Amino acid sequence: MRVPLSWLREYVDLPAGVTGRDVQAKLISAGLEVETVEQLGAGLKGPLVVGRVLTIEELEGFKKPIRFCTVDVADANRTGEPQEIVCGARNFAVGDLVVVILPGGVLPGDFQIAARKTYGHTSHGMICSARELGMGDDHDGIIVLPPGSEPGTDAIELLELVDEVLDIAVTPDRGYCLSLRGVAREAAIAYGVPLRDPALLDVPAHNGDGYPVRIAAPDGCDRFTARTVTGLDPEAASPIWLQRRLQKVGMRPISLTVDVTNYVMFELGQPLHAYDRTRIDGPIGVRRAQPGEKLTTLDGAERVLDAEDLVITDDSGPIGLAGVMGGAHTEIADGGSTDVVIEAAHFAPIPIARTSRRHKLGSEASRRFERGTDPLTTSAAAQRTVDLLVGLAGGTAEPGVTEIVSPAGPRTIAMPADHPDRVAGTEYGRETVVRRLQEIGCDVLGSDELTVTVPSWRPDLAYPNDLAEEVIRLEGYENLPSTLPQPPAGRGLTESQLLRRRVGRALAGAGYVEAPSYPFVGAEVFDQLGLDADDERRRTVRLANPLDGTEPALRTTLIPGLLGTLRRNSGRGAHDLALFETGLVFLPAAERVAPPRLPVDRRPTDEEIAALQAALPDQPRRVGAVLAGARELPGWWGAGHTASWADAIEAARTVAREAGVELTVRAGRYAPFHPGRCAVLLAGEQVVGHAGELHPRVTKAFGVPGRTSAMEIDLDLVEQAGGERASGPRVSTFPVATQDVALIVDADVPAAEVEGALRAGAGELLESVRLFDIFTGPQIGEGRKSLAYALRFRAPDRTLTAEEASAARDAAVASAATRTKATLRGA
Amino acid sequence: MSAPNKSYDPVEVEALKPEAIERMRSDALAAVAAAGDLEALTHVKTAHTGGGSPLALANREIGALPPQAKAEAGKRVGQARGAVNQALAARQAELEAERDARVLVEEAVDVTLPYDRRTAGARHPLTTLSERIEDIFTAMGYEVAEGPEVEAEWFNFDALNFPPDHPARETQDTFFVEGAGGSGESGVVLRTHTSPVQIRALLERELPVYVIAPGRVYRSDELDATHTPVFAQVELLAVDEGLTMADLKGTLDHMVVSLFGEGMTTRLRPNHFPFTEPSAEMDMLCYVCRGASVGNPDRPCRTCSSEGWIELGGCGVVNPRVLTACGVDPEKYSGFAFGFGIERMLMFRHNVEDMRDIVEGDVRFTLPFGMEI
Repeated sequence: MRVPLSWLREYVDLPAGVTGRDVQAKLISAGLEVETVEQLGAGLKGPLVVGRVLTIEELEGFKKPIRFCTVDVADANRTGEPQEIVCGARNFAVGDLVVVILPGGVLPGDFQIAARKTYGHTSHGMICSARELGMGDDHDGIIVLPPGSEPGTDAIELLELVDEVLDIAVTPDRGYCLSLRGVAREAAIAYGVPLRDPALLDVPAHNGDGYPVRIAAPDGCDRFTARTVTGLDPEAASPIWLQRRLQKVGMRPISLTVDVTNYVMFELGQPLHAYDRTRIDGPIGVRRAQPGEKLTTLDGAERVLDAEDLVITDDSGPIGLAGVMGGAHTEIADGGSTDVVIEAAHFAPIPIARTSRRHKLGSEASRRFERGTDPLTTSAAAQRTVDLLVGLAGGTAEPGVTEIVSPAGPRTIAMPADHPDRVAGTEYGRETVVRRLQEIGCDVLGSDELTVTVPSWRPDLAYPNDLAEEVIRLEGYENLPSTLPQPPAGRGLTESQLLRRRVGRALAGAGYVEAPSYPFVGAEVFDQLGLDADDERRRTVRLANPLDGTEPALRTTLIPGLLGTLRRNSGRGAHDLALFETGLVFLPAAERVAPPRLPVDRRPTDEEIAALQAALPDQPRRVGAVLAGARELPGWWGAGHTASWADAIEAARTVAREAGVELTVRAGRYAPFHPGRCAVLLAGEQVVGHAGELHPRVTKAFGVPGRTSAMEIDLDLVEQAGGERASGPRVSTFPVATQDVALIVDADVPAAEVEGALRAGAGELLESVRLFDIFTGPQIGEGRKSLAYALRFRAPDRTLTAEEASAARDAAVASAATRTKATLRGA
Repeated sequence: MSAPNKSYDPVEVEALKPEAIERMRSDALAAVAAAGDLEALTHVKTAHTGGGSPLALANREIGALPPQAKAEAGKRVGQARGAVNQALAARQAELEAERDARVLVEEAVDVTLPYDRRTAGARHPLTTLSERIEDIFTAMGYEVAEGPEVEAEWFNFDALNFPPDHPARETQDTFFVEGAGGSGESGVVLRTHTSPVQIRALLERELPVYVIAPGRVYRSDELDATHTPVFAQVELLAVDEGLTMADLKGTLDHMVVSLFGEGMTTRLRPNHFPFTEPSAEMDMLCYVCRGASVGNPDRPCRTCSSEGWIELGGCGVVNPRVLTACGVDPEKYSGFAFGFGIERMLMFRHNVEDMRDIVEGDVRFTLPFGMEI
């Protein structure tokens, strides 16, 4: 809402010398978000005067048409002689009144005007356009003023070019501030001065002679005022002051009748509609649309109506979308209409909001009705419109007045007088509370228990806390004390939250950089990952209104996002990259159910909550990582180490270890991984993730370096698998017995199986097993490999004899022989 | 000669004469002094103190002396051997020191060599800043509450007193989850704020409730220098008997002091949110100029655009209707809540100028933030 300070002063006697910035500060403190104060005409300096065009000479031979004019500016040029001016605009004729800036003047933007030679003539000044004067963006040539002003008149004053305009972002609860009347009320309270309420007009009562109106939908329209003005001069133009005020609030002047209805809407907050009476066929009606009915609105769009839409009708059918936009057929004619019917109605917010959203059609009217207008203002607004039309266009107000009113009592709120004190945590006292409520227009009765009748323009006031807010904001939020409550002792972070932090630190400590990515994906991502057509991960939660139509779904895996980030980094010249992300993936339930619409006037039952929960997708938390380039750089210390599948698996182990889980690794085949370099990660028998090198087709499709490796692990599952508190081992101080064994197995036997077999066979004396070498070659035989293990044995209570250690080793080897067909090398 | 003599024969124990011992001693000392390195010294040691050395032989002869001469000779030989051992030890230390000085110098390296063998990692500053804020409140007794990112509209809107069709719902730029047949009427959204966690906390927890809810939220804004459709929020909720707006103010003040240092404070301005009543916009004192730039063109402040205050987020007293929807008796309990975006906080706390740097995952942006913030 744009509020010109000059207009605001009409209703509030602001102290002299108060600036827009002062008013801004006061209104912000009172709760109106005044975003900017625009300084109109800043830097403008006269002489800027009204001129009458005396002669026009068309200059030929230039690239564009140019006019050499003489303009009567009376004595403004101190000579009284016609002023010679060169002008590039063509939208004026001899005799028109224009706005002239004379040499010595300055236009906004520090545009200094002086006499200058141009197009073979000396131009003594300039004929101004609206944009040059900071009046608006209208650049259709220069301003032609309506008749009535004298040449030589100061145009700065005439056009009210110097002003300040407050721009207020009105919150949804303060619909009344979408009007000068509403903002003036707040300004009056803020400055402690009286308000001249522009809606306080004498209005005639309903009589049977007004334009007939039938309301068939009283739930959507509880008030309807219709007035008729006839004999309007269709040539009458809006006076300068009216046009200027509309321009300042951001409306484009159109025609007198339309301008007047807009003006009254901004003044009083009541949207109005004017119908050309000659185009209405029979009584005006208000009803719900019939499904499929059509209406062409003022914007020229034909709209198919919904059974919920509230429409204005005549005998021909719908002639307007109630409270949103009028129909094209009954529009005020371009040349102006002589007889008009004025509608000032009160429509219920919800149907208007729904219609506006359904037809994607917002208007100044719908904005106001959605937020709730003052139902008691319809007759005053109609009267004000009638008065202006009569006064400005020579019309006659018909005596017939239609006022249809559904009876409604005043709204009251019961509130303990100390309620605002208890909400605020300070003491205002009853007297202050009552005074503040009265200032905003409430009637207040009672002593300890107040009965507060709220004003008709405040539909947002419905509960005691609403009233408390009014008192507290007017007393000043800045005056609230600052106290610190004492919560009961808390239990700190949950295990799950602690785990997430540990995982982040562990991965960052291992050289990974955290890179959260957006969860939006397109279907092609799953092709790029090489997923089968029936892969579960292709089943996604989809958005109805994605930001990017190519990415309408939510991720089911973290890997595409990480690869995107990897690609971006590598595109920017980074080669050695290790990234990780911890975040949710979204897995739709097997069967999609719509959540129930639950009430809000009580706690939902456990069943209802469960039903809501069931409508949501599964949202497990995952950790993913990707690596490319060098994991360790080469340098003066020696060779480096290229990031590989092994690092990816180790990243997964790192994550699991933080949860106290030692992962089991098995070879697997799983997109998007290289079929020979893919690990299935298990916690116990539960698959918790995968890791390995990416399939070459995947790295190509994503545009990331070849041999990029990745892992993804379900943190929720890992957490569930862990949780065993570590128990302190008994540390034996007896000496260790070390035994090395080299085992020959088939090349495709996984090392993990051999190690598992050794562990299983070695018995309780085994302290650790470590694979320290792998050897292949002709000595071993084709298709075979030798795995060298260091076994360490120790007893808790004695020094092991050589025989004991050897027996344990032999048992381990025997177990490996049985389970993996291993033979002892050199045996 | 090794067997003890039956009778004393001074002629036969020439080796124990004082002159002989003195000679042995001086020969040994001269050899020690002459040893040029540790190896030579080892030879000297063997030659002059070993089993076959003159002094060792002389020592063995003592037993052959008559009792009255034994003491004298033993003393003489012992002194000589002590002197030699002492000299050996001293020379040993001397030669080792010489060797150490030489060898360790030869082993010197350039300790200024870079060692970027394994590149560093880092956590994202949004994560660590969120944790830092969590820690401020967990230290006070708050707990960290969480909820899903794809959320039922009832949690995201209805229970928070956003009535259906109310204009306030439209201010949220909501992403709607597609319903059956591709419609937007699924009743499920990407949460537009972490406020639904308030509702979940009130439904799940025993009163009083003091929680902080960090998490990812979604609004359909295009990514630019100051907006991102996916961002992080932290929200706080306290519901207890007798909580007031002054308690809200105090809690906010405590937070900004914890994050920005002593002397920081907050300012509340009236605003409207459906889930709080009264509602306020919260500003914090500009931590750079502390308000000194206001009306002072000579000292402009880039951080707050010389406004003196930085807009932080929204807050207020929990709307009693929200409590009712969660089954909390608004006659008995009251509460306060606030929420703000972590990105914004990160931007002004750490001089980040472009939102895109926060969301794009460029490692050059993230690395300097390390593990904690």
